[in-house]
Amino acid sequence: MISPGTATIVGAFNTKQARVLPGETSYTITLAAIQGALADAGLGLGDVDGLNVLPGPDYRHGSNAFGYALGIPTFWIGTAAPGPASVAEAALAIESGMCTTVVIASGQAQVHTDKDSVAPWTRPENEFVECWGLMTPAEFALSAREYMHRFSVTQEQISYVASVIRNNGHRNPEAVYHGRGPFTTEDILASRMIADPYHLLDCCTTGEGGSALVLTSAERARDLPNRNVRVLGGAWDSWGPTYTHPPTYDRTAMWGRKAADAAFARAGLDRADIDVYELYDNFSWEIIRYFEALRYCGVGEGADFVAGGAIEVGGRYPVVTDGGTMSHSHTGESQRIQRVVQAVRQLRGTSAANQVADAETAIVAQIGDVVLLGAD
Amino acid sequence: MESAGGLTRPVPQVSALTRPFWEGCRRGVLLVQRCCSCSGHVFAPQDFCRSCQSPDLEWVESSGEGELVTYTTIWRPQTPAFEVPYVVAVVALTEGYEMLTNLVDAEPGEIRVGAKVQVVFRDVAPDVTLPCFTVVSA
Ligand SMILES: [Zn+2]
Repeated sequence: MISPGTATIVGAFNTKQARVLPGETSYTITLAAIQGALADAGLGLGDVDGLNVLPGPDYRHGSNAFGYALGIPTFWIGTAAPGPASVAEAALAIESGMCTTVVIASGQAQVHTDKDSVAPWTRPENEFVECWGLMTPAEFALSAREYMHRFSVTQEQISYVASVIRNNGHRNPEAVYHGRGPFTTEDILASRMIADPYHLLDCCTTGEGGSALVLTSAERARDLPNRNVRVLGGAWDSWGPTYTHPPTYDRTAMWGRKAADAAFARAGLDRADIDVYELYDNFSWEIIRYFEALRYCGVGEGADFVAGGAIEVGGRYPVVTDGGTMSHSHTGESQRIQRVVQAVRQLRGTSAANQVADAETAIVAQIGDVVLLGAD
Repeated sequence: MESAGGLTRPVPQVSALTRPFWEGCRRGVLLVQRCCSCSGHVFAPQDFCRSCQSPDLEWVESSGEGELVTYTTIWRPQTPAFEVPYVVAVVALTEGYEMLTNLVDAEPGEIRVGAKVQVVFRDVAPDVTLPCFTVVSA
């Protein structure tokens, strides 16, 4: 039997992130992310025998083509979504002996060039969706609106979350929107409406950049330079194809609950044991949803739960400590890996800003995907 | 529902499975699959019943009446072909299935979760008609 939590994150790296990275392509920026993460780990390409790589939106061929392009003779391929699910899957592969060292990477540049339209990855083609003018902010706004109606939650309570996250990015010198704040809830509400209840500043940004992680066994990790970060547990769950069926509250609200139950059970941790909360912040209400879905509070109680500084750095549940997709960077896919990179840096005590004092454990949750990490 | 600035709105890419639905819309009829085994309604179209997995499904006419489950008014369009603001909504039909749609011809004050709605058909391209919904006065 494999004991839980032997796979270890030994490399974590973000390239420079920006609105536009001149001269880069999705492939060159993904390569830069991989090289950065391997250098951070003290390893080389020759050590790598597992890949989960997504250059740009190339879901079908990413890892296979990239592994060949890198010159790796044969390699395991992970297919879980970038971010917490890819980390949980790679950990299983390492712990079961399918491979020894896995690189998870993604990067994007020169994909969102038509700025008159919303980003192409936010308007997928589907016969019963695209013709109504749906895109990602609207998809998420639909369930947020229903939640507000059911539980009498105000616009102010939701937009407060965005002010917290954007202030984290305001303080982070690595964030694309560094120094743009500070923000109050009123500032969020004063920005133009995108898809109500979401204002511009309730939504993620779009930009370019790459991010990568390196995982290996605990045994190999012992000889490597960084403070080791163990994968303690993880899982992912789905409700069906998004952007195909109506994204109602009943379908989406508890997304990730089963995954969190499985991850905490495997890790042998309680909810209260977690120090850092790197939750996927594509829209402000999602943070409230996570605390309900992940059983931190009762259903309908999330807006009160996050209020009054609880999710700010210095509070009990510090979220999205690099500024997330709203302020740090959002590149199409690699922003999902950024949540793990930031959790790792918190657990090493090397966050560029907003360091959580004595952080030993972190949860990374993204839609229905969850992974729990612990400092060795 | 006209395309803004003469630009082309995306139109449904119809498959053999979904062709009856869109042909119904051309005639001003909202069709839905009904299971011959359990009488449940299935939408979006699929090859077997979502409740009992029977492959024996027939196309029947929907009442076209339902309730607004949720909605969002969009000010930043998917592409410039959409004229803002427009309302994307989820409607629960009386037969018990849900569909994504546009709410049209509604005053902002009428649009609320739970409002009664009724299907209306709108031509968006020379050979494409979309089922949209409008609020039925209380
Ligand atoms: Zn049936």
